[in-house]
Amino acid sequence: MTTTAPAPAEGPVGRPLDRVDGHAKVTGAARYAAEVPLPGLTHAVLVGARVAHGRITAIDSTEAERAEGVLAVLTHENLGKIAAQPPLLPSLAGSVAPGETFFPMQGDEIHYAGQHVALVVADTYERALYASRLVRVSYAEEPSVTVIDQGRDQAYEPEAIFAGFIPGRTERGDVEAALGAADVTVDHTFTFAANHHNPIETSAATAYWEGDRLTLHDTTQGVTATQHTVAALLGVPHTRIRVIGHFTGGSFGSKAMVWHHPALAALAARKVGRPVRLALTREQMFVACGHREEQEQHLTLGAGKDGRLVALRHHKLSPTSPFDHWAEPSLGVAGQMYACPNYEGVYRLIRANTTTPTFMRCPGEATGLFALETAMDELAELVDLDPLELRLRNYSESDPASGRPWSSNGLRECLERGAERIGWERRAAPPARDGDWLIGLGMAATAYPVYGPNNPQRARARLYADGTAVVQAAVTDIGTGILTVMTQVAAEALGLPVERCRFEGGDTDLPNVAAAVGSSGAGMVSAAVHAAASALREQLVARAVADEGSPLHGADPAAIDVRDGRMVLRDAPGTGEDYAALLQRNFVPDVEATGSWGPPPHDAPFASMTFGAQFAEVAVDPVLGLVRVRRLAGAFAPGRVLNAKTARSQLMGGMIWGLSQALLEATHMEPATGRWANASLGEYLVPVNADAPDVDVDFIEVQDTVVNPLGVKGVGEVGQAGVAPAIANAIHHAIGRRMRKLPITIEDIVSGG
Amino acid sequence: MRPISYLRAEGTDAVDSALRAVGGDPGSDFLAGGTTEVDLLRQNVLGPRRLVDINRLPLADIEDLPDGGLRIGALARMSEVASSPAVQERFPLVSRALVLGASAQLRHMASMGGNMMQRVRCGYYRDGESPCNKREPGAGCAALAGVSRNHAVLGTSEHCIATHPSDVAVPLVALDARIHTRTLEGEHTYAIDDFFLEPGDAPHREHPLTHGELITAIEVPALPMARRSLYLKVRDRESYEFALVSVAAAIEVRDGKVSGVRIALGGVGTRPWRARRAEDALVGGPATTKSFDLAARAELAVARTTPMNAFKPELARRTLVRALETLTADGSPS
Repeated sequence: MTTTAPAPAEGPVGRPLDRVDGHAKVTGAARYAAEVPLPGLTHAVLVGARVAHGRITAIDSTEAERAEGVLAVLTHENLGKIAAQPPLLPSLAGSVAPGETFFPMQGDEIHYAGQHVALVVADTYERALYASRLVRVSYAEEPSVTVIDQGRDQAYEPEAIFAGFIPGRTERGDVEAALGAADVTVDHTFTFAANHHNPIETSAATAYWEGDRLTLHDTTQGVTATQHTVAALLGVPHTRIRVIGHFTGGSFGSKAMVWHHPALAALAARKVGRPVRLALTREQMFVACGHREEQEQHLTLGAGKDGRLVALRHHKLSPTSPFDHWAEPSLGVAGQMYACPNYEGVYRLIRANTTTPTFMRCPGEATGLFALETAMDELAELVDLDPLELRLRNYSESDPASGRPWSSNGLRECLERGAERIGWERRAAPPARDGDWLIGLGMAATAYPVYGPNNPQRARARLYADGTAVVQAAVTDIGTGILTVMTQVAAEALGLPVERCRFEGGDTDLPNVAAAVGSSGAGMVSAAVHAAASALREQLVARAVADEGSPLHGADPAAIDVRDGRMVLRDAPGTGEDYAALLQRNFVPDVEATGSWGPPPHDAPFASMTFGAQFAEVAVDPVLGLVRVRRLAGAFAPGRVLNAKTARSQLMGGMIWGLSQALLEATHMEPATGRWANASLGEYLVPVNADAPDVDVDFIEVQDTVVNPLGVKGVGEVGQAGVAPAIANAIHHAIGRRMRKLPITIEDIVSGG
Repeated sequence: MRPISYLRAEGTDAVDSALRAVGGDPGSDFLAGGTTEVDLLRQNVLGPRRLVDINRLPLADIEDLPDGGLRIGALARMSEVASSPAVQERFPLVSRALVLGASAQLRHMASMGGNMMQRVRCGYYRDGESPCNKREPGAGCAALAGVSRNHAVLGTSEHCIATHPSDVAVPLVALDARIHTRTLEGEHTYAIDDFFLEPGDAPHREHPLTHGELITAIEVPALPMARRSLYLKVRDRESYEFALVSVAAAIEVRDGKVSGVRIALGGVGTRPWRARRAEDALVGGPATTKSFDLAARAELAVARTTPMNAFKPELARRTLVRALETLTADGSPS
């Protein structure tokens, strides 16, 4: 793997610092939610419905209750009612965030296969598992709809999707007239398999009550989201629920919303009067924490002979749950990528017997850009332009959707840099041959929105008299390296070496931040941490200049720098003193400050996306239908890079995700039973090391002065978007055939050959 | 709880004590590498009351036979056999099939005998709940109308279409290997063709072994032309995935004519599929792409597909032709 990093920074921010929690993770010292040891711990196992639609006619739990070690068998008949069902809100809002507006085991109705129908609690996991198989559930089954083909004629156009945040229909100009007048049109349907997240850590919660106070250890992208949601479901005051989640073993959106298991664990713990651990099985991960929905997109491009877009029509059809109008926002970025005066985007939904679909890495951007960017490749062919030139020709200085200027951009530079890294000039020649393999090159532009939280983000910083500092905010590490990065941000603002600074998160007792979702964690948490640490430093400097015993007494605070914990006059660095000396002299044990950052309002006069460009070199064996990616080169403009190593890792991981979505990942629904047929890591394919090619990650520096104080636009997801179309376009270059479905598998290559 | 007890057979009398322990108790099963068996226990598909660990039995050697063949002990691990110089030199198709199977970790654990006994990957069998004639004779087959992309197209019946999952069994079938077993009564030898059974109307019978009969060795007879042989595996993922189609092949060409050929197919059959129709079509004919293609078509003419695996016969045809083309590519007689 090759990378070029941004120029090394002077302070801690930007440096490729090793993970501060690396040692704890590799030695097992880092505790995850299902590992918390508690006296008297009990274990709960869920029983899922075997039918996709209908009613429970009877539950016989007699045998299960009699089994050794069993403490309780909870069903809709004895669980008790939840206090209230909170509304669906993305967890970035920082408030309640249920995965769906349905809570199981409240009645006899079954809405989807795998729906929790019983919860067995026993003294050991094995005994709970065994007893869970003894619960006999009888159903009156009703016809179900689980795939697009079963519900196509029942599709409806919702007023809004995505918890009401995104309108079901968006229009500008006159797309019909513009398409009629266009010199060239490209018009195709694209199909996408459903996907599941498959983090290595399955979702789990450990719950215990001390009187009326609940402590929950949860696998989550945001402890505050769990706290708010469980508080609402249980009708317990926020002040009596503490949620802890220091480490989450990957999520990719499966833990972005709060699904049923933390509340169920809490209810079970109350029933049995002991701590309860509830961990989902791998199979349950396919029915209990959402998925990326199966979808069809119909995309029509109209352009002039010069390749300039005049119209874009983008329709999406997908199944949602019986409860929520959910679709991943596939039309968003695809409608903002290029200048285009006439646009129509429409979401259509089908009520289906599944959970509410949910966020899954690059929710919408990846699928929408697959349709757009493969269509753009075809348009380039039709107007006889290099695909790269076509992108440059349609470059938009402002957001075509809102008309507002971009807060920062860099797309042009990304396109040019990526082309350089992959050797794009080779594409002009016919595809090369390597034995049975044909070598193709493809590219796609990419972007990911810069989402801001809805509410202020908070952090606290404390410096002790020994010169060490602890900085806190309730963010969970989901594997991205945020604890490391926030240590760097805090150290830089305080003027301390990172070794003397510790960042702590993952606990609702700490200052609140929203869930780390939507690639926004680094931007919003760094803003709060920067604010708190800067406030603390100002406080310390103010104390020094006011202190007659300090060499800095009477100095202008603005003329003071802090380096290695020492406050000095910028123009006379020999004059100054350590933070520690100041505090010790004055018998002050510690100094503390809080900081908060309010995101720009949603109607701020700019639009923000992280732009990038993806290039792929693939080898296709057209006879055997094999596609192997030999090289990926991505160039991205994510604004300020807080840690060159973790940023690169995130982008690289994202690019391999993109490869995975392009060629491997599919969950197959079995329409006859309404069940996912390949709910295991044996049958749901994700890439192995042998599938991962040489990945070249490159950064384009752009300064963004408006998104947040440090100008961080996020690297969590943009690495994934655009990889699949780059690969599909490379396949077309190699064998001359267009791929319009994901994943692209052997039979797609063989069938047309 | 469903208690399972564990007994390790060891000592000088280990083989007989293992045979007695399992042969005398319908609730006991042998445990070797456990790479499939333990999964299926956990998934509630298998339900033995006792596992008799045979890993310490002296059955792990790979021995040369006087005629150039090999006798591979049932407890030799997949990785040991794959890296054995004798196997690599005389039977590269066996070594290659092993290397392309499973993952490095599994290959270190899994035994050759266990590989012969591994159960199908059909999701309806493995979920422990769907109708499955293998698990519960007469229950029906959920795969017939289910998600069947990975299912078999050769040797299927209306009762079962599960694909035989083994890679290494495919070259072993091509090589006419023999399976040696022992019971308390004595030793038996099965021609490999008689060992793997098609489902027919009794899919729960996958092999002819009686309860308590232990595989002791796999004998691979000498076959000089196998020195120039291959195993070609086609799958979505580069590693750690079962075959969609695989081909084990060895061929001998004299004066442009095929004088000998062995072919077996994996990923497409309910058993490791010896391609005798293709072999018969090839012997004596020219070693050309056209005749390879005709031979492949002859073999696959009897394929029966579902809508989801309809691509498999064509993919198998292409893979078979590619394998034979590769083996004959430089034109030199083998």
